[in-house]
Amino acid sequence: MNNRAWLFLLPMLIIMSLSAFIPLMTVVNYSLHYIFSGSMPQYVGLANYLEVMRDSSFQNALGRQLIFSTMVLVVQIPLGIMIALALPKKGTGATISLVLLGIPLLIPYIVVGIVWRLFTQSDIGVVPKVLALFGYAYNVALDPIDAPLTIFLLDVWHWTPLVVLLCYAGLQSIPDAFYQAAQIDGASTWKTFRYVTLPKLRPVLILAVLLRFMDSFKIYSEPLLLTGGGPGSSTTYLSLFVARKAESYELGYAGAVSVIYLFVVVTFSFIFFQIMKNLGKGEHSR
Amino acid sequence: MKKRHIALIIYFIILFIPIYWMVNTSFKTDGEILREFSLYPKTITFDNYMEIFTSEVWRNSFMNSIIYVFLNVIITLLAAIPGAYAFSRWRFRGSHHLFFWLLTNRMAPAAIFIIPFTELYYTLHLFDTHLAVALAHCLFNIPLAVWILEGFMSGIPKEIDETAFVDGYSFPKFFRKIFFPLVAPGIGVTAFFCFTFSWVELIIAKALTITDAKPVVVTLTVGIGAEGVKWGLLAAAGVLTIIPGAIVVYFVRNYMAKGFALGRV
Repeated sequence: MNNRAWLFLLPMLIIMSLSAFIPLMTVVNYSLHYIFSGSMPQYVGLANYLEVMRDSSFQNALGRQLIFSTMVLVVQIPLGIMIALALPKKGTGATISLVLLGIPLLIPYIVVGIVWRLFTQSDIGVVPKVLALFGYAYNVALDPIDAPLTIFLLDVWHWTPLVVLLCYAGLQSIPDAFYQAAQIDGASTWKTFRYVTLPKLRPVLILAVLLRFMDSFKIYSEPLLLTGGGPGSSTTYLSLFVARKAESYELGYAGAVSVIYLFVVVTFSFIFFQIMKNLGKGEHSR
Repeated sequence: MKKRHIALIIYFIILFIPIYWMVNTSFKTDGEILREFSLYPKTITFDNYMEIFTSEVWRNSFMNSIIYVFLNVIITLLAAIPGAYAFSRWRFRGSHHLFFWLLTNRMAPAAIFIIPFTELYYTLHLFDTHLAVALAHCLFNIPLAVWILEGFMSGIPKEIDETAFVDGYSFPKFFRKIFFPLVAPGIGVTAFFCFTFSWVELIIAKALTITDAKPVVVTLTVGIGAEGVKWGLLAAAGVLTIIPGAIVVYFVRNYMAKGFALGRV
């Protein structure tokens, strides 16, 4: 049986080695060398890693990234659950809602950037015009608070529908009998939600939290198009930081940042996964 | 009850204001976009769309995108279906580790792969071809596809396989006649997600193409970077990029409902 399994996995493994494993090893290899164009790479051990760790621009980018991803989870997950609860359970309304929710997810990142440029740019956008009515001078390109806030709202706009779709699927799979039982026991709306809905949603929520965390950690095109990482570096998140370093051919440094970056994402995802699984266990033993 | 519906309607309006604004802009002349602020086009023009349809650069970009996305979906499914079958049917040494390793690739930020991809596909003489982008996009699509398909396949009882083999079905015949129809909804959902993620991806597509395989998402970045941006044109191109996705949704809509009902997306 064992050999047969590997035979089935072979096509996948060949392609993944080409598009994941070899590139990753290349990155690791870079991270251990000083690389200047025109001369041979020089092996330097972990020197690049030390340089990255000490670099304040990296620390700031990582800090910004962690704040951003935390805000994404704190806002999008509860909002997604609330909207999913409010959606009609069946019928035409449900179908239409699902299709409408799917549309923002289908828009290419670059087009999302264009939509929001059109929407927020100081000379042609709606947002500055409307906010000016309230006496607020909004400028996404120049204001160091407006810029990250706009990127964040963009992300909420773009990705909350995904959380809604996942939660809606989870809600659909809870049998009515559970709610009837809660009703007979005289449970309040909140208690029903807390002790019936939320535990049953757990598998879907794990998926939603993981997907949103991984993807928010990869945010790249939106700040690139909307603010170019600025003003200053107020919207330079990690992906943009790495891409800038790679584009300026600081390969050793960029490689070290990449490895640390990947390590952070995988570690956090693993921790989330464990915590959420264990939360569930407490629920059952109660 | 009522309050809930009002809140929902407000949410959907907010969700669609930015999209409406793009559609609105795409039907305006450049003069109107810059000169005045209007909630709807005063004079509707189709010039922006005509310019795209008549321009060879834009037409080629759209074709390039479509070609590599379809290539990617086909490659992903061919590799992921047997892989997911192995994960769902057999527990073998290291299967859990392998599965987790696959998922870490879904987590890998594309930005870190820009340089190694460029180097690798140069070496393979595939740089600036559709195949290069299609293969590179497998980085995030194969893990996702295996994850979704494994869920669907685990939902099909193993007894079905065993009964078929006892009845004398060969493996290929069993797969084609019995197993494939059962997982078709799962394959539909998977194809949809792979299509979407490949279609919207920008970083890798931008790094691996120059001219021959330049996709529409990259052509758009060129337009947005220039001085005197033609907003009407970009808006029209943006609207057009949503259409292929919408068509795919239309074809897989029934499968998607089933996929969501299984809670595995």
